[in-house]
Amino acid sequence: MNIQRRVREGVTILEVEGKVTIGRGDVALRDAVHVALAGGATKILIALGGVSTIDSSGVGELVSAFTTVTNRGGKLKLLHLPPKVNDILQITQLITVFETYDNEDEAITSF
Amino acid sequence: MNPTAERQLHLTIGSRFENIELVQMTVDETLAELGATEEHRHWIGLALREALANAIKHGNRQDTGKQVDVDLDLADGELVLRVSDEGGGFDPDEVKDPLAPENRFRADGRGIFYMKKFMDDVHYGFRPGGGTIVVMRKRLAPASGGQER
Repeated sequence: MNIQRRVREGVTILEVEGKVTIGRGDVALRDAVHVALAGGATKILIALGGVSTIDSSGVGELVSAFTTVTNRGGKLKLLHLPPKVNDILQITQLITVFETYDNEDEAITSF
Repeated sequence: MNPTAERQLHLTIGSRFENIELVQMTVDETLAELGATEEHRHWIGLALREALANAIKHGNRQDTGKQVDVDLDLADGELVLRVSDEGGGFDPDEVKDPLAPENRFRADGRGIFYMKKFMDDVHYGFRPGGGTIVVMRKRLAPASGGQER
């Protein structure tokens, strides 16, 4: 699993690739969000287009990240959900929790 | 998928999360050889991952001295996966409903729910001599005279 971080128009974008699963992927996602928050980020966009698999631990990390960012007065949104990741979030009705976008420009503007 | 295909497979791993990848890859390659669809393989793989994660984390509590056994049995178009640990036992009825509003923002508690969604049947029991065994079933091809689910 690999996470690239970039900032565009004040929005911290975390581009996630690979498997967000228990053991490594979930921990890497947690660390990336915490590093962004520690650096002062309040607008975080997690791009999931390169994610091949996400398990319940990965989903749990997304939920934790959402809660942590929201509780600090920030916003966390999702971009480029692959169909199977979308299915996973639909099944547990989490798709209604997250704001999701297919277009990066629209996602950036929404903040 | 060939409804007459048959296969048995047994794997034993130590209680390390990195071993989940090994088991899932092995089962995936086996199912691919047998002609299972990519869609079936993806969701079965995820259910298997959840079962293994539970066995390692909640069952064996990441005690690397304890093992997790995995058995695959395909016959008459139905896949049966058994994952067993050496832990202290587990009551699936104690797991909270992840769809309940009060649990929506919990970081954990979705694994078994996903397993039940991805497989046709998921059943927990106690392993002789201690530990938990989860049996997951998925029909991959029509049974003799039946329809694929």
